[in-house]
Amino acid sequence: MPLNSSIARKSLMALAGLFLAVFLPVHLGVNLLLLAQDGGRSFSVAAEFMATNPLIRIAEPVLFLGFLLHILYGLMVSGANRAARPVGYQRPNSSDTSLLSKYMFHTGLVVLVFLALHLADFWMLKVGLVAPPEGIDRHDFYSRALILFQSPWYSSFYIASFLFLGFHLNHAIQSAFQTLGVNHSRYTPLLKIAGSVYAVIMTAGFSLIPLRLAFFP
Amino acid sequence: MNYTLRIWRQENAEAKGSMVTYKVSGISPDSSFFEMLDILNQQLIEGGQEPVSFDHDCREGICGTCSLYINGRPHGPVKGVTTCQLHMRSFKDGDTITIEPWRAKAFPVIRDLIVDRSALDRIIQAGGYVSINTGGVPDANSIPVPKEQSDDAFDAAACIGCGACVAACANAAAMLFIGAKVSHLALLPQGEIEAEHRVMKMVECMDGLGFGGCSNTYACEAECPKGISVTNIAILNRGFLTASLMKQKEKPSKGDSL
Repeated sequence: MPLNSSIARKSLMALAGLFLAVFLPVHLGVNLLLLAQDGGRSFSVAAEFMATNPLIRIAEPVLFLGFLLHILYGLMVSGANRAARPVGYQRPNSSDTSLLSKYMFHTGLVVLVFLALHLADFWMLKVGLVAPPEGIDRHDFYSRALILFQSPWYSSFYIASFLFLGFHLNHAIQSAFQTLGVNHSRYTPLLKIAGSVYAVIMTAGFSLIPLRLAFFP
Repeated sequence: MNYTLRIWRQENAEAKGSMVTYKVSGISPDSSFFEMLDILNQQLIEGGQEPVSFDHDCREGICGTCSLYINGRPHGPVKGVTTCQLHMRSFKDGDTITIEPWRAKAFPVIRDLIVDRSALDRIIQAGGYVSINTGGVPDANSIPVPKEQSDDAFDAAACIGCGACVAACANAAAMLFIGAKVSHLALLPQGEIEAEHRVMKMVECMDGLGFGGCSNTYACEAECPKGISVTNIAILNRGFLTASLMKQKEKPSKGDSL
């Protein structure tokens, strides 16, 4: 396949994106255990499972690759798209389109900033690249998460990031299928609804954790 | 009716252009957009100034020659029409109307509002045809084509190649245009045989000409004067991916080797 063609690049970005979209509910499932009233026992069991299960161990590098592909191809595709109109219009476009679909690059960038911070807070801590806060084991994600969510700034940024991720996902799901050539008069409208529902569940699910910890500690 | 016009003026491809403001008055609400521009040009000629250059030909909405990006929309504010079929009653008395050329790297400005759209012709030359002579109109039902497929091919064939899709697209992508050409030929038996070769060649040409890629905002479909559906872009993507992945290894030629 001519990998440097624009359609091939977008298809790889779409496939990597769909892979990431499968991973997200798994992460949400584990995170929601933070809310179990058992002093972090069930969360720790899940975290332990994720850290030791051989299948998950194999999946981790694949996940990193998925992120890398999605981000790199996203940047490449956006760069080529920008270059395609060197002189812009005086009057901005007012065509009848969905607003958020035009800002996939921008919403993606916000999520990327969050991802960098998230990796610094957890993954780099786990592998020992950064030192944990005093008195906390570097594998104790439960305490680490609770400390982070005590900060209203961190919680606000966390919720805002997931709001932007929701905007991104709302367009992403149906867009990925269209890019991969899937468009059907009966199923595409359903897919659009499913994509929006998925986006709302992800944003609401992840935001629930800091909200609940802030208002009902 | 009276209007203030803000029009892009550019002497030639190399010159630096700018927006120039003009006033036109006493325009009938029933005059077409081009008749209004004709009146402006008459005023300019009588005042010893250069008239505004713009593309137009049939003025019946069928040839695809006219363009113009009017108030942020290709072919102006009315859905499903070309600029030549736009009338001044679609604007309010006293409105300021901003008129710009199509903007894309692949569509360089030649003069004022005229851009070079031959990039679309080059895409057609790359593969948008059937190589053999398919003869005259075949007898009814001698080549079976399902009704739905024939309708879809006809809808795609309605594309007049005006380039509004490129002008509207946030990425200056030509994928609705190519999608329409690919489906229109691939959905019919005469064009189906070369479908894989065609889609590869047309996409390769599109990328080489500096068009962007589709990010599925669907501004193209919203602005297409012929209502071409973005389903054709999915057909294009599907065709390209299948052709790329399923391409067989080339066999050494057995014939013509004397």
